[in-house]
Amino acid sequence: MRSYAAQRAALALVQLAVLSVLVFVLTALLPGDAAEMRFTETLTPERISRMRTQLGLDQPALERFGHWFGNVLTGDLGTSLISGGPVADIIRHSVGATLVLTLATLAVVVPLAVVLGIVMGTRENGRLDRAITSVTLALSAIPDFVIAVLLVAVFSLKLGWLPATWVGGDLLASPALLILPVAVLFGRTVCLLSRQVRAGTISALQAEYVVQARRLGVPRRQLLLRHVLPNAAVPGVQELARTGDTLLGGVLVVEAIFAIPGFATALVDGVETRDVPVVQGLTLVLAVAALVINLAADLVCNRLVPRTELLR
Amino acid sequence: MSDALNRRSFLGLTGAAGLAALTGCGSGGEAAAQPRQGGRLRAVYAGGGAKEVLDPHVQSLFVDIARHKAMYEKLVELGPDLKPVPRLAEKWEHDAQATTWRFTLRDATFHDGKKLTSEDVLYSLARIADPAVPERVAQSSLATLDLRRSKAIDARTVELVLSAPNAEFPALLAGIGTQIVRDGFKDPTKPIGTGAFRFVSFDAGRSLVASRYDDYWDEPARIEELHILSAESEARANAVQGGQAEYANDMTATFARTAEAGKTVRIVAAKASTMQAFVMKVDRPPFDNPDVRMAFKLLADRQRLVDVVLAGRGAVGNDLFGKGYQYYPADLPQRERNVEEAKALLKKAGVLNQEIEFLTADASAGFVEAATLFAEQVAEAGVKLKVTTGSSQTYAKDLLTKGAIGNHRSGAMPIPQYITDRLLTKSPFNVTHWRRPAFDSGFAAAQVLTDETARSTKYGELQQTLRDDGGIIAWGHPDYLVAVSAKVQGVAAVPPNTLDSGRFDKVWLA
Repeated sequence: MRSYAAQRAALALVQLAVLSVLVFVLTALLPGDAAEMRFTETLTPERISRMRTQLGLDQPALERFGHWFGNVLTGDLGTSLISGGPVADIIRHSVGATLVLTLATLAVVVPLAVVLGIVMGTRENGRLDRAITSVTLALSAIPDFVIAVLLVAVFSLKLGWLPATWVGGDLLASPALLILPVAVLFGRTVCLLSRQVRAGTISALQAEYVVQARRLGVPRRQLLLRHVLPNAAVPGVQELARTGDTLLGGVLVVEAIFAIPGFATALVDGVETRDVPVVQGLTLVLAVAALVINLAADLVCNRLVPRTELLR
Repeated sequence: MSDALNRRSFLGLTGAAGLAALTGCGSGGEAAAQPRQGGRLRAVYAGGGAKEVLDPHVQSLFVDIARHKAMYEKLVELGPDLKPVPRLAEKWEHDAQATTWRFTLRDATFHDGKKLTSEDVLYSLARIADPAVPERVAQSSLATLDLRRSKAIDARTVELVLSAPNAEFPALLAGIGTQIVRDGFKDPTKPIGTGAFRFVSFDAGRSLVASRYDDYWDEPARIEELHILSAESEARANAVQGGQAEYANDMTATFARTAEAGKTVRIVAAKASTMQAFVMKVDRPPFDNPDVRMAFKLLADRQRLVDVVLAGRGAVGNDLFGKGYQYYPADLPQRERNVEEAKALLKKAGVLNQEIEFLTADASAGFVEAATLFAEQVAEAGVKLKVTTGSSQTYAKDLLTKGAIGNHRSGAMPIPQYITDRLLTKSPFNVTHWRRPAFDSGFAAAQVLTDETARSTKYGELQQTLRDDGGIIAWGHPDYLVAVSAKVQGVAAVPPNTLDSGRFDKVWLA
């Protein structure tokens, strides 16, 4: 297990390096640079070019990348081309809202998806199974921005129960700010997750050892919790890791719609202003998070069902 | 000029009448008539993320301008017709050539208790001019200010000397990024100004919080606390409708229609405040031929463009910037559509049945729609306009060099400033490539005229040349729309960038 983790970590480092190059190349391909993005009707082209020199944007791309990469190896993520502040500050500043949003969503979606999955799995093709399937499938089929707009229209603007946007709000003062964004993210993730648990439950129920346990008269409750669930959870946990990626895509939309000052907002801002160090820094953090989550998921699966093969 | 003034003040009056009618209808009519003290106002502007700054001398976004305005002030401001009005300078006078100017300062106090003096003014102007910081926005407009010869006459009189005469100098001191900071001001993160609100906190891309400054030289603000927040159009609409903000800046015509159907939000519209135009490069075929330029001007169905693109919230244009502003030649006849005459001109120029590329982008509301509709309108004369959509983020800059015809919009600024920025040979934003030595010298000659009427006549002639020969098809002047929640009172319907726009010290919550 330890050598396995080391192997995965080494692989992760290579992946991160490749990713950094990719992000750098992609942002370089976008039209314009950070100096140009500050072009307004008040800044003349001549002054923009002076600014470009100040920002070091007139240096060759390879040199800029090398400089950035060298700094990252020493733990310095560089400074923003737009605000002039450290990239690490921007990350620290924006990570909170996204983290709260993600954790709140997981706290809702994981238990619910497990319960729904087991309910569906134990009643395969029954009426309840079909009803839950239809609803969750519909939720994942409707684009999240549509759900968001509908929820805002009904619960905020029409009924006035929930805040429509984070603008002018404070999370500590009004935790209700979380409800609509979490509801949207829930709709996006609950379907796949509960389907996986359902599939896992069905196959576990049909497994020889469960059939045998049933023959031996193990009570139903014990049967489900002790024998079915751990096996049924394996595809669920792996799906959960993928949910992290789905959530990220969802967070992007949700943050934009509800004006949440989080990670995705910072990333979009960074891309829009061609703030390469910020985009690089944020993607790096996201990539590390994705790698860690996936690794953790594999290790958890191994704990749940030790026979699972780790390296495929 | 007086015409323009009358029109503006008339608009202001109707706005006030509308307001009075509204408060009269409301249940709290009595209370609303008497401005109420206290409370918190949350205003939302289009955000700029990490681009947002606290330094008033590097402002460029509306949200920054509004935030800085709450805390800092300028010597001069612009009235509703974009004419300079006194602010921190209570009056000014100049010599016969308009080269040496004396400004008398008001008895104002900075937030830290220090009195405003001439030294603060000189320090501020020197800070703006610092060549080491190219983002100080007023650098180019104040380039003729000679600081070495400028001096403090006494504590409250400052003499500013120009390297070239300019009768429009006060307007330049009212430009973007000309705020007066305290002598020795170094750290923009600790704002100290003379404005109606003092700094509490700032979070780039999110919010500014400020509180009422009780020793404000003008009438102190009614509201206790001011939040100026950043959010995109959709979120601004949701915030003001959902009661999470009381003021939303720069709203769309579509939103205005929805909002006016309900009761929670009121729209304050500054009529015909900005400009939407098509711009032709006068040095590129086919627009290097004046007949083709005129033909295109004659082909624009302005009313339809206003009705469709601006949803009717605006006025038709007469191929000139600054409708209703000081120096606008309101006596010039309105240009009407004339397809037959246009056809004849196009035939003469030999461009019938030719395909011309129109470079547009989703850079500003209505650009693509206007381009597409205009393509249909010119097609009636047998010209094919092929609409190409470019990158929205770099469009403003791209258009300076690329394409022969494209979209252009401009916010509110004095007409001479617009000409200086866009229509002189050396103008940095000369998007129509209008470079005429005779026009340059005519403009220079007008700017040194100290008699306002004489200056106005001269500007009028120059503008007529632009209207008939220039590359700007100014088809419409959109209303500037602000949404406020029903309890907000005291919001003036004035163009952006003027003294009374975003005047949160005058607002109160009924």
